[in-house]
Amino acid sequence: MPDADHRIYLLAGVALFAIGFYSLLVRAHLLRRIMALNVMGSGVFLVYIALGAQTAGLIPDPVPQAMVLTGIVVSVCATGLALALADRVQAATGRVELGDDEDAADLSDASPAPSEHHEETPSA
Amino acid sequence: MTAAWAIAWLILSPLAAAALAFAFPRRGRWLALGTAAVVGGASVQLTRQVLADGVQIHRVGGWGPPLGIDLRADGLSVLMLLITALIGLAVSLCAQRYFLAHQAEHPHEAGSSGRESAPSSGQESQSRLTSAATNQASKEVEVLHRERYFWPLFLFLWTALNALFLSADLFNLYVTLELLGFAAVTLVALAGKRAALTAALRYLFVSLTASLFYLLGVGLVYGQCATVDLPSLAARAQPGPTLWVALALMTGGLLAKAALFPLHFWLPPAHANAPAPVSALLSALVVKGSFYILLRLWFEAFPTLMTPAVAQFFGLLGAVAILWGSVNALFQTRLKLLIAYSTVAQLGYLFLLFPLAASREGGFMAWSGGLIFLGAHACAKTAMFLTAGNILHAAGHDRLKDLDGITHVLPVSVFAFALSGMSLIGLPPSSGFAGKWLLLNAALAQGQWWWVAVMLSGSLLAAAYVVRVLAHAFTQVEEPMKPNPIPPVMEWTALALALLAVVLGFASHWLAELLRVGAPVAGAILSGGATP
Repeated sequence: MPDADHRIYLLAGVALFAIGFYSLLVRAHLLRRIMALNVMGSGVFLVYIALGAQTAGLIPDPVPQAMVLTGIVVSVCATGLALALADRVQAATGRVELGDDEDAADLSDASPAPSEHHEETPSA
Repeated sequence: MTAAWAIAWLILSPLAAAALAFAFPRRGRWLALGTAAVVGGASVQLTRQVLADGVQIHRVGGWGPPLGIDLRADGLSVLMLLITALIGLAVSLCAQRYFLAHQAEHPHEAGSSGRESAPSSGQESQSRLTSAATNQASKEVEVLHRERYFWPLFLFLWTALNALFLSADLFNLYVTLELLGFAAVTLVALAGKRAALTAALRYLFVSLTASLFYLLGVGLVYGQCATVDLPSLAARAQPGPTLWVALALMTGGLLAKAALFPLHFWLPPAHANAPAPVSALLSALVVKGSFYILLRLWFEAFPTLMTPAVAQFFGLLGAVAILWGSVNALFQTRLKLLIAYSTVAQLGYLFLLFPLAASREGGFMAWSGGLIFLGAHACAKTAMFLTAGNILHAAGHDRLKDLDGITHVLPVSVFAFALSGMSLIGLPPSSGFAGKWLLLNAALAQGQWWWVAVMLSGSLLAAAYVVRVLAHAFTQVEEPMKPNPIPPVMEWTALALALLAVVLGFASHWLAELLRVGAPVAGAILSGGATP
């Protein structure tokens, strides 16, 4: 187990993970949910760094740090993909939330009603 | 070709083909077929090596753990690689025809698919008027667009699957799992409809959250054991609160990705709204990637933590999945949703492997039975989704009640559906039967009769939903529908896979011998002195 100096980072990481997960569950706005996933990810990375610092002496274990670097790359890709997909969902449905009625959405052929959110996105 | 080269080809050739397919979109199909040839050859070569010399390990760059990455192939890995190569070949054969055939059929899809074509309310009536004239052009653009991105994504998916089945440490498994998820989500979104986009985004949220839970678990395991290498973990794992929390986090994440009840809610919309070849890939292979990691985790890395309570818990979830998925499949009104719910049910059978293989008596019987069942389901479900794609194309819809008399129009496809249904139900001599038979035998040998009851009711329910489709297909109609013409390769590929799902049953003994290489459970294939 990490010593007292490092335990605070470990606990902070777990707290970030929990806060992120909570927002993911209760927030509906797509951007908020994507940010919640990023907060969760940061929490996990902090846990890795805290665990890597636990080795005796002053030199931290490099393996968790290498893992975190890989994890950050994956997390950036994930955020990019999620943002692109959220953008497409907004363009197709005119909403920035996931509805519960996919089947209903599937059946209606009407084009999406423009909302104020719709105006904000730059049309590519 | 040595095992190291075979392993390298298995990962690098689909990766290179994916990059090339992105650069040369019109060569996508040939690149995929070339990949199927190379990957197929390499898988067969690796299988022979594994059968002859046992488990093969390749240290990438010569580093070795803990800093380097090991790639490892045992019987289970090669079985998964062979199944992937087979499904990959079938999809490579069908997919282009699917996209070409689909363009003539679904003009309304082209209009509602992207932001470019979503008109605002002021221009709506005007765009309706002009849409007839530009329909043909926009359809072609749409199809080119979809096919252009299908091939690289499909090949990336293949790369991720091969890398996943060859990974030997928890962190590398995380990376490959994420790659797999990204490719799968984007392939679902490829259908372009708003339902597909919504399903894809929901799938992505579930997938990313699940990965983060898994990743946090891996971190705790490293903190406790100072390694993430699967073989070393078994020796170093000391059961304790930290490891239990870590395993719970990892297992929760993987169960969500494997869509086991009650975390299956994202699967039916995602699998049913994707293009048919994509649905086939998702149901046959992608969900099994997470199941594969769960097997490695509980049987190989942490067998000491696999208490009877844990094993029964997995079995219980599997049993509920079988019943819940089957009953839901029975009440669906759309063919693709019915097949998707059937996947939820069939995944449940895979999890019965946990309580049955964890026991000493007949453990290997259940292990090989569950994995033969996995192969059977992969072939049968791919055939079914490809058939559903054919029906969707020929009839223009997949509403069950309007499919009367479809057998007059698509006899080969309906026959393929019936054959794959036979394997799903578990009728002899199909491979689905072989798998279920071994699982049933193991359950009886261990006196765990409650799983027998679940498996048999699952078979009955499967028979009910398969027959429900066939009853519509064989209903006599006075005026047969006028179908859209369908390329023969789409029908015959589905039939070939369905036949294979049946014929594999005869090879189950060979499959079991292959699975024995490096298997974490020991024992005879059949109890009662029936084994040679």
